[in-house]
Amino acid sequence: MQEQKVITANQLTKVFGNFTAVDRISFEVDKGEIFGFLGANGAGKTTAMRMLCGLLLPSSGQATVAGFDVYRQNEQIKRNIGYMSQKFSLYEDLTVRENIRFYAGIYGLSDEQIKLKTKSLLGQLHLEKQEKTLVRDLPLGWKQKLAFSIAIVHDPAIVFLDEPTGGVDPLARKEFWGMIYETSAKGITIFVTTHYMDEAEYCNRVSIMVDGKIEALDSPARLMKTYGADSMDGVFLKLARKATRVGE
Amino acid sequence: MEHAIIVEHIEKNYRSKKTGVQALKDISFTVNAGEIFGLIGPDGAGKTSLFRILTTLLLADKGKASVDGFDVQDNYKEIRCRVGYMPGRFSLYPDLSVEENLEFFASIFNTTIQENYELIKDIYVQIEPFKKRKAGQLSGGMKQKLALCCALIHKPSVLFLDEPTTGVDAVSRKEFWEMLHRLKDQGITILVSTSYMDEAGLCDRVALIQKGELLTVNTPKGIIAEFKGPLWAVKAKEMFRLLDAISSDPQVESCYPFGQYHHVVFKVRGGEEGKLRQIFQAGHFNEVEVHPIEANIEDCFMSLMKD
Amino acid sequence: MKQFLVFVKKEFLHIWRDSRTLFILIWMPVVQIVLYGFALTNEVKNSKIAILDESQDEATTVIIDRIDASRYFQVIKHLHSYKEIEATFRQGKVRMVIVFPQGFRNDLLHTHHAQIQLIADATDPNTANTLTNYASSIINDYQETLDRDLKLPYRINAQVRMLYNPELKGAYNFVPGVMALVLMLVCAMMTSMAIVREKEMGTMEVILVSPLKPFRIIIAKTIPYLLVSMLNIASILLLSVYALDVPIAGNLSLLLGESILFTITSLSIGILISNSVKTQQAAMFTSMMSLFLPTLLFSGFLFPVENMPIALQIISNIVPAKWYYIIVKQVMIKGLGIQYVWKETLILVGMTAGLLAISIRNFKIRLE
Repeated sequence: MQEQKVITANQLTKVFGNFTAVDRISFEVDKGEIFGFLGANGAGKTTAMRMLCGLLLPSSGQATVAGFDVYRQNEQIKRNIGYMSQKFSLYEDLTVRENIRFYAGIYGLSDEQIKLKTKSLLGQLHLEKQEKTLVRDLPLGWKQKLAFSIAIVHDPAIVFLDEPTGGVDPLARKEFWGMIYETSAKGITIFVTTHYMDEAEYCNRVSIMVDGKIEALDSPARLMKTYGADSMDGVFLKLARKATRVGE
Repeated sequence: MEHAIIVEHIEKNYRSKKTGVQALKDISFTVNAGEIFGLIGPDGAGKTSLFRILTTLLLADKGKASVDGFDVQDNYKEIRCRVGYMPGRFSLYPDLSVEENLEFFASIFNTTIQENYELIKDIYVQIEPFKKRKAGQLSGGMKQKLALCCALIHKPSVLFLDEPTTGVDAVSRKEFWEMLHRLKDQGITILVSTSYMDEAGLCDRVALIQKGELLTVNTPKGIIAEFKGPLWAVKAKEMFRLLDAISSDPQVESCYPFGQYHHVVFKVRGGEEGKLRQIFQAGHFNEVEVHPIEANIEDCFMSLMKD
Repeated sequence: MKQFLVFVKKEFLHIWRDSRTLFILIWMPVVQIVLYGFALTNEVKNSKIAILDESQDEATTVIIDRIDASRYFQVIKHLHSYKEIEATFRQGKVRMVIVFPQGFRNDLLHTHHAQIQLIADATDPNTANTLTNYASSIINDYQETLDRDLKLPYRINAQVRMLYNPELKGAYNFVPGVMALVLMLVCAMMTSMAIVREKEMGTMEVILVSPLKPFRIIIAKTIPYLLVSMLNIASILLLSVYALDVPIAGNLSLLLGESILFTITSLSIGILISNSVKTQQAAMFTSMMSLFLPTLLFSGFLFPVENMPIALQIISNIVPAKWYYIIVKQVMIKGLGIQYVWKETLILVGMTAGLLAISIRNFKIRLE
């Protein structure tokens, strides 16, 4: 049963000085789930995510990611997860192919695997003709799709997406979510944080953090029913209005 | 003054190292005095270039434009005295306090905070408790409010807001639009750009822009009425497989994921429900749901993009 | 006008609140002066030398005493034979060996001709040169006293007098140099960075879309640095006079006037740079490469320009710091008046006017 849970968190807490950024959160994420992690700025989302990625040691509580303990096994965690964010992306002054090669290499793939992966990746994204194009010259939508593909090039158990879709055009965004669906269907778990409430509706389940605590955790449909809202935006507004923390 | 902003056949190209980029390709539209006009489109559509041309910061390669009757090229000085501009990233001085920022912008417009305080009062009271805090230490929502105050402090006749809600939390976004509607009541014309499709519904009229071209200019309701529907929402337990199955059906015009449901448009009108149920059966989908829905701006945008 | 003053006030606030920059601005000149004055010096003091005195008579003793007493030399060893000389140099303990041959005094008295050998370690040729010169001048001094005692006529003496700086203090040279450097750096680099920072932050866009005339933006940006420069000049001059004993021989008002002129020259260069770069990093780098280095190399304070090949000498003429350096030396060290520096002043005025005209004309009132 435990193997099915890609993330487990129990009373996970992070304290900075006398400020409790993350206040005893507990939740679980199943394998292959698309899990949305929402919250206003300053609610503690980023801190929580960093703990799960093995980048920050918790102050107290337990958590495991891909079966590994966040306190003692964070190197294994890093090897088994993928990460993509809007701020970090690919190297703009390297080509598509060079970026793939670089990241695949960092993730520990052998040369043989890198060759195979590069070929299949370029094929999937229909970027065969652009393999020598500098990433900087790709349209934003393509960059995102490429970044996502690279984030999962090593077939991790779970991929963390930190605000992945910025101001891309709707079509590119749809295609991006199509890729996420496909990835989830393959059994890779998706953990996504986003500002776009409508994107929350793509998720199987969504958790909303307010002032360091998880105030709601359920499927979008049930959340909308519980809070009497017709969109995730409405749900979020109802919860966020209760917040006492006013941003950074 | 009927039209606060007139744009006629504006064209703008950028010459980068390898390729030229056509940022704006023959843009024409007008904005009525006192209305909230939204420019909706993704990054790279040309919104910022257009804003910079209208605020006289860039020269267009072709075409003409005027703000409040003044030409953007020849009469730029007059325009610069009467418009309020809030560029992306909220251009505030991070090492000056809230108060100092506001005082500064007031004085370069030869006015004082007191003179037009009524105009910004509703907004300023929300950040007043933090007036001694350095602007760099404010949250996104507060920066947004401060930047708006700084743009309004001289009582402009036209307000240009370039992506003011990007990267700001949902609560602040909502409050911001409420503030804009109150400003409209004061007779200020507002041109606002955004990449959030749902904000289109909050404007009086909207221009959808993509890759330097206007897809349409209309009221939000008008755009939706023009949608070539009907639009169907479908759902099943296996969302990804469903997406694939419907998209690959030759009778389907488009099928896009929209979160809880996929939105489907057929090539030919009539009998859509039946066709969909056939697809469900053929793919052995479970927990299916299907019903017609009204298109939203995003649906319209995507359908217009394809043409 | 209020617009303008508010802008100037804002600029002061930026400087005041950026503690790192402030630190550099205020302390840098002080540090430079202190460093040059007390630590780095191309004067040579307390050089270790050895003596081989094969005569050991009255004359040699007197000379040796005088040499040891001078602050330039420190006699650490008395050698006993010629053979030891090479070994002593090899050990690296001394920079020079002075050899007095046998019968020194006798030769001097009877043939009026005696020799002293100065053997210097010339692996550092400059120091070697300096040391032999110091030693020679001490010996010459002795020679003079001898002459006085013996009352011998028709002695051709080479008199060496060091004008304006008899003690050959390095400070007289580098204070003007440091002034030029500091002004150039503070004004040009800092000003260009301040203007470009506005561009980088995005606030330039907002300011342009306002009634504020672009011309006033530039002036407002430069005024704080003008004042900081005045502060720096004052601190350099105070330190020079009271800590390093470098007097201001000439007219203080003239000196300050020329300094203000040079400040404005530097400010115009700063504005010019800011027009063509987009990031603060680029502004800093450009300032370093095109101003700081040329000033260091071509102003004349580290290396004499007259010793450079013609091509470089011509290049040095377009470095404004060179002219300012000359002016400061003339006025501050030599105490000369305007009639001796009018040419250089005119050149600076010309450069300033030209630079200001170009940079203000090029100031972009739009974004592209």
